[in-house]
Amino acid sequence: MSEAALDTVEETKPSASKISYPEIIGNGLWKQNPGLVQLLGLCPTLAMTVSLVNGFSLGLMTALVMAASNASVAPIRQWVPTEIRIPVFILIIAALVTIIDLSMHAYLQSLHAVLGIFIPLIVTNCIVLARVEAFAAKNPVAPSALDGFMMGFGLALVLAVLGGIREILGKGTLFSGIDLVFGPSAKAMVLNIIPDYHGFLLAILPPGAFIGLACLIAYRNWVEQRKSARLANANPALVH
Amino acid sequence: MSESILKHSVKTAMVMIAFTIVGTLSLAIIHQTTEAPISKAEAAVRMGLFAQILVPELYDNDLLQDEIKFPAGGDLGNRDETSIYRARLKDKPSAVILEATAPDGYSGDIKLLVAIKADGEIAGVRVLTHKETPGLGDYIDISHSEWIKQFDGQSLVKRNDEAWFVKKDGGQFDFTTGATITPRAVVKAVHKVLKFYSKNQKVIFETAAGQVIAQ
Repeated sequence: MSEAALDTVEETKPSASKISYPEIIGNGLWKQNPGLVQLLGLCPTLAMTVSLVNGFSLGLMTALVMAASNASVAPIRQWVPTEIRIPVFILIIAALVTIIDLSMHAYLQSLHAVLGIFIPLIVTNCIVLARVEAFAAKNPVAPSALDGFMMGFGLALVLAVLGGIREILGKGTLFSGIDLVFGPSAKAMVLNIIPDYHGFLLAILPPGAFIGLACLIAYRNWVEQRKSARLANANPALVH
Repeated sequence: MSESILKHSVKTAMVMIAFTIVGTLSLAIIHQTTEAPISKAEAAVRMGLFAQILVPELYDNDLLQDEIKFPAGGDLGNRDETSIYRARLKDKPSAVILEATAPDGYSGDIKLLVAIKADGEIAGVRVLTHKETPGLGDYIDISHSEWIKQFDGQSLVKRNDEAWFVKKDGGQFDFTTGATITPRAVVKAVHKVLKFYSKNQKVIFETAAGQVIAQ
């Protein structure tokens, strides 16, 4: 049985080891972006993006967890029997999230108060287990850590853009709440994009998150389509 | 066959146990190292809130230590046991900080922190948590507007029972058109806290620290 487990690892190794670092980065940020393409982990995407700072902070925490969980699963991948790999992975992810949760509570109290329940919920964010299972279980430590971080960072960027759009439309400000991260002195960095704005409730309420995300996905698809159209024009021979 | 299954599952269980031990161990270590900083950070947050509603010149005792418990379901509208902090200046009662709940907000409970000076005058009120509609009912929160400051200096003497309503209901408290339910709930809750204080002032200050108040 354990031989069989090793076999599957061996089998996937040649194809997996071909992936290069720039490719990993490109996959995380654009090609397989978890927020726009894989659409995994929508719970925080929709709930926490009422402001740029909130969205980006939660995204960054997720990226940290993903880098750490990928990096801890990769070196032990040979020793975990296939049939218990999911419980073991979940155990590792849950432990890492608890560590980050406790450390934040101790040293970044105000941000912890804002992100609240969504930090423990990173455990159940399917993108984390998805990358552990799809990448870290088959690849060495360094590329795995990079993959985890880049996937998480790609998600963080989507959360930041979505949060920024909702914040500008909903409240007319940008970077509100930044003092929770950098201390009260950072309050001056909050931008009042639209002065005397009375707010646009729809953008802040959950439907705003769905609509905003849909627009971002549409934009990404449009960019991709233009790119392939340009390729087709330059290289008519490639079109069949 | 059955023996090999047994052997195999024992082996697998061992791996699982090994991971569990490593996991729990690291969590225990982290928990121990962060325990003190966390309680310190929480205390700092509490004291920061207290400082917003009660000037530090009014007391010289440790508020967080001079705490009594208030059982659930009493005049403060709280669903769980809550805390009352006593402020003393040179061992004389100077003020009290109570946690209260407005159970009839637009969407769920609104938790309040109310500071009352010994003479029955409100020193300040802040909203601790609420789930009111963003952009509509959330002006009760100091981060959105100064609305909550109109309670400062009010008392049962200055405003009689008929005045403790929002203006729409014939009272004297301002509200924003379009969101009346929220301020109505807050005014009602603060009024209730004041009445509770005037009725129980003596008991509040005489109960030993850490004890549950007898009603």
